[in-house]
Amino acid sequence: MTSAKTLYDKHIDSHTVCKLDDDGHVLLYIDRQVLNEYTSPQAFSGLREAGRQVKRPKTHLAVVDHVNPTASLRTAEMPDEGGAQQVSYLGENCQDFGIELFDILDQRQGIEHVVAPEQGFIFPGMVVAAGDSHTTTYGALGAFGFGIGTSEIEHLLATQTLVYKRLKSMRVTVDGILGTAVTSKDLIMALIHKIGASGATGFAIEFCGSTICNLSVEARMTICNMAVEAGARGAYMAPDDKVFEYLKEKPRSPKGEHWKQAVKKWRTLRSDDDAKFDEEVKIDASCIQPMVTWGTSPDQALPIQSTIPNPELITDPHVRNDTYRAIEYMGLKVGQQLTEIPISHAFIGSCTNSRIEDLREVADVVRNRHVASNVQAIIVPGSTEVRNQAESEGLADIFKKAGFEWRQSGCSMCLAMNDDVLQPGDRCASSTNRNFEGRQGAGARTHLMSPGMVAAAAISGHLMDIRKIGQEV
Amino acid sequence: MKPFNIVNGKAAPLLAANIDTDVIMPKQFLKGIDRQGLDHGVFFDQRFLTSGEPNPDFILNQSEWQESTFLVVGPNFGCGSSREHAVWGLKQLGIRALIGTTFAGIFYDNCQRNGVLIIQLPENSLLELGQVISNAKSNEIQINLQEQQIKLKDNSVTHFDIDHLRKTALLEGLDAVGSTLQRKELIDHFEHKYLKTNPWLQ
Ligand code: SF4
Repeated sequence: MTSAKTLYDKHIDSHTVCKLDDDGHVLLYIDRQVLNEYTSPQAFSGLREAGRQVKRPKTHLAVVDHVNPTASLRTAEMPDEGGAQQVSYLGENCQDFGIELFDILDQRQGIEHVVAPEQGFIFPGMVVAAGDSHTTTYGALGAFGFGIGTSEIEHLLATQTLVYKRLKSMRVTVDGILGTAVTSKDLIMALIHKIGASGATGFAIEFCGSTICNLSVEARMTICNMAVEAGARGAYMAPDDKVFEYLKEKPRSPKGEHWKQAVKKWRTLRSDDDAKFDEEVKIDASCIQPMVTWGTSPDQALPIQSTIPNPELITDPHVRNDTYRAIEYMGLKVGQQLTEIPISHAFIGSCTNSRIEDLREVADVVRNRHVASNVQAIIVPGSTEVRNQAESEGLADIFKKAGFEWRQSGCSMCLAMNDDVLQPGDRCASSTNRNFEGRQGAGARTHLMSPGMVAAAAISGHLMDIRKIGQEV
Repeated sequence: MKPFNIVNGKAAPLLAANIDTDVIMPKQFLKGIDRQGLDHGVFFDQRFLTSGEPNPDFILNQSEWQESTFLVVGPNFGCGSSREHAVWGLKQLGIRALIGTTFAGIFYDNCQRNGVLIIQLPENSLLELGQVISNAKSNEIQINLQEQQIKLKDNSVTHFDIDHLRKTALLEGLDAVGSTLQRKELIDHFEHKYLKTNPWLQ
């Protein structure tokens, strides 16, 4: 019997209130929760109906992000009655239960997974749950985050805990140097392609290796964010000096003596050298190419220089049928070059890729260039702070000059719950995380890729290899 | 929550892989602050034509599978968004159990919280079951949770595994928050100690 522990074990063990059975269920203490307007209403109603209180109101932070418009002139108006009702009910709930809210006009408003790290709301060693599947993002800060449904939100508000079943562990080791213009988005897309959309179902993924160490904290967030697209219920990385540096000046980070104590503890947060994982995956970063999805599941992705696969050549009947269906929905042809696919829309945004570094990457591509005439291109910064930062760095001017719409922050066309909805047949190059049927609008077609690749597609009017930019236009 | 014990009904096959919660409950049905009316939204884009008429090709619109109580589903069912609306809608449509090989984690927990039973079978057994219930003559089955059995029309029986904790909660229709609050002292005690050793978290 070995006592070596993975960092996942350490996260769970340090938060276990009590064991509930021998099948791996524990009562798990949760440090922080982020709330939004669309998955929380029924949870608060549940509390109200049962006459229950919120146990630790200060550990929850609410933002409006999913339903608000992103038009460049910000107002408190919501585009429709349902959204307006959700926003006002969130306000009422936060008021009544003593929870802090970043409402639509707040200068700290933005997409929950962009705002929470930016405000220093999440630290290494925390266990964080939230009513949104991309809560996995916080793994990049050395925390352990995972998504929950509305009933669980209610449970968490009332008890500060969740009934939790321990996951299996997977270690993804990435070594080697990423090629020119290849980003952490390409890396995570390559992983999802390799292991499949359910390849990590039932697992928590630990990311490690020299490539991960060399990435910025923001780039790491993109990886942990999209790990859920491989089915992972949590993803995490050991925190390092880059993380401590990132957190140091954030508004809510520990200060003074507490900071010193915290960093000392955070430095111990890593898997023991001889810890065993249930699965091991290795990736050579130097082999990764810029990736795009061609289908309707995030694992239907290929390097940009590929062609649409031929379903006839697929032996597994399920995969073959899914491939047929995806090609049909996407309106593509077998054997078609990915670089020949024309687009009508380009969207840069979402909790995956809308941080300042992403916008700098886009600016580098579009500087002194112009969006193709048949493409509508929009940039929705991940938070109002990111927006302000981009304006002060002069990026916004570059975007506007290049013909992009420069918007206010929110989820926007990532899931199209507000008024940024595509029409049937529209085809969008998108820096988001899901290419599901109808995700950006019924009948609309989504191709996922890195923000730089979206920018390149916007300029050329079709999917293209970012490494060729300048050679073609 | 309605307890689950022995339930009889029709089972419908939806065997495509990776059916996500955007497909199960499209975004236009997420704008409420209550749980009402979500049955209409379930599989909306597949269940209804653009004219608003039911799509005759969709399995749940075919007379033999209308009012199905169970769905036999493909791998990774319920992936994607955490929206519990997907489960509320399925439940309102009368779905009491889902049978498949693998389910997405959040969706799985959401079902459990709403008393919708998830049964995981090995791939071979699932394929067989899928074939049996794809025939209208044999699509009526019985699920007995206490005995952990699926009984087919020809009386053959398939056994399934389920954690004791989940089984009890479903059989008794327990209120999860209420159960946990019975451990309030234990939680308070943990919290006190935890915040003392990690003072920057207070
Ligand atoms: S940006 Fe998209 S994926 Fe992220 S929280 Fe918003 S809707 Fe969800």
